[in-house]
Amino acid sequence: MNAYPQVLFKNRRPDETVLLPEYEKNGGYQGLRAALKMSPAEVCALVKASGLRGRGGAGFPTGIKWSFFPAEQPGDKYLVCNGDEMEPGTYKDCQLLMADPHQLVEGMAIAAYALQTPIGYIFLRYAYEGCSQRVERAIEEAIAAGYLGGNILGSGFDVGLHVHRSAGRYILGEETSLLNGLEGRRPNPRSKPPFPAQRGLFGKPTNVNNVETLATVPHILTHGTAWFHELALNPESAGTKLFGLSGHLNRTECFELPLGITLREVVEDFGDGVRGGKKFKACLPGGASTPYLTAEHLGLMMDFNPLEEVDSRLGTAGVTVFDEDTCMVAVTRNLNQFFARESCGWCTPCRDGLATISWLLDRIEFGQASEDDLAMLKDQVRNIKGRSFCALAEGAMGPVEALLRLFEDEIKDHIRKGCCPFKR
Amino acid sequence: MNELLPQNQIDSFKAKAAAISHPHELIVDLLRAVQSHHGWVPDDGVLLTAETLGVLPVEVEEIATFYDKIFRHAVGRRVIHVCDSICCWSTGAEMITEHLQKTLGIKLGETTADGDFTLLPTCCLGACGDAPAMMIGLTPHGHLTPEKIDEILQKERAVIAADDKE
Repeated sequence: MNAYPQVLFKNRRPDETVLLPEYEKNGGYQGLRAALKMSPAEVCALVKASGLRGRGGAGFPTGIKWSFFPAEQPGDKYLVCNGDEMEPGTYKDCQLLMADPHQLVEGMAIAAYALQTPIGYIFLRYAYEGCSQRVERAIEEAIAAGYLGGNILGSGFDVGLHVHRSAGRYILGEETSLLNGLEGRRPNPRSKPPFPAQRGLFGKPTNVNNVETLATVPHILTHGTAWFHELALNPESAGTKLFGLSGHLNRTECFELPLGITLREVVEDFGDGVRGGKKFKACLPGGASTPYLTAEHLGLMMDFNPLEEVDSRLGTAGVTVFDEDTCMVAVTRNLNQFFARESCGWCTPCRDGLATISWLLDRIEFGQASEDDLAMLKDQVRNIKGRSFCALAEGAMGPVEALLRLFEDEIKDHIRKGCCPFKR
Repeated sequence: MNELLPQNQIDSFKAKAAAISHPHELIVDLLRAVQSHHGWVPDDGVLLTAETLGVLPVEVEEIATFYDKIFRHAVGRRVIHVCDSICCWSTGAEMITEHLQKTLGIKLGETTADGDFTLLPTCCLGACGDAPAMMIGLTPHGHLTPEKIDEILQKERAVIAADDKE
């Protein structure tokens, strides 16, 4: 296994959480100190120049998002951290917050200064009570040390952070749904535009970023953009990424790896290969909504653009591997059941379309389907794509489309044999 | 029936609601507090939440019925959420769920006759590296095997029995 530079995981130890003194000793809060010596616009420009892209799944350039934010507009403005990590296969934010939560607190203090948003909310999912407690403790420590609260580090700028504990449902990870959740409204998504940067939380300008994205910001401020670029193996990219490995691998752990590492190295070296000596069949490269990669993609760089070029996405870099004995119809059926169940029911393509796809995949998997069902499946995908209210159903189509594109033979095999050809 | 929430907590929520301009933002917190104290959220819990925060009962109900981790039906003393999403599924969640159902003598969605356990399916718990996984209350359990489940359930039963003696 190659030893790559550790940034977000540099202080990480099993089953322990880094407290403030250790965090400070290892360079913590130097990024905030550096930021406060700059103007807010300079901080935004630095983050833009770093090439940091959002780590929550969409990969939107963070600095560009920040540059759209009306930081100079008077009145209430909010910063929100999206910690509703709930896409199956994704558990990186949890690992980060359990190990070293001050990185998020420092990142939010810097973002709050850059965007001039004195109030920040950290939205954490129900299952992450351990993270909530650790983040709350980090906030208390940061307040006592003057990194949060009024007039932070004598800068004249105030930052207050609040933890919101959610109560389930994947849709809350959609940023406008999350804002409704924070406000205490029924968390269906909102229509965009207006985007949260114009009218977000309580109708005020709001910037939403993922946990890992915000936690990366202090390191950029401390070490600079050139250093951040060099972390990636892909010269066109920048930084490290947390990869959460799962599925049929010998080692299913979370690793911090450079962007641009090959899928082969992730699977064979860090995942220690497919378990039981089986062959690699396919994987989800970055969570349940990302189209499958197969053995022919093992040489690809795990990074935003290279994966988009093969009709997939890096997503959250939660890599779920399937061995050669896995039925991809069954995998897709399981994934689609998740999306169908988690649909908020607001729009018809998602509420009814995903249920229909579930029904069709059931028929195929249990050998009751005909060629007509396959045609209907394709039709459903076409009718859901681009027609749903938010990105949930769009994401749900990722694996279904990839099934049709990469494993149509397997579907036809089910239809021909009248049963699932794989023994599980 | 237990009381829904101790008076001091109700007072503290009232004070918080009075101090902020958007009391709705406390609805989830208060529903979770009621559930944590009472085990689940009955109709009176919805009314109490509405009254405490000065919002309409329907505004509370539309939230209470949206989230899958707010229980609007009676549940057992321990709620077991067993993950059925992809990483757990691919590492044996069906077998794990089958074992839980058999051991507890109930199906998914049911509560044991002694009122100790409710078994519910859940989507991904964010324990994908430790699959297959489940959560009892707010405590995650990973790398599950039938033997490990028996051990965990035995411990939970012992804690419940000790609580009953007090």
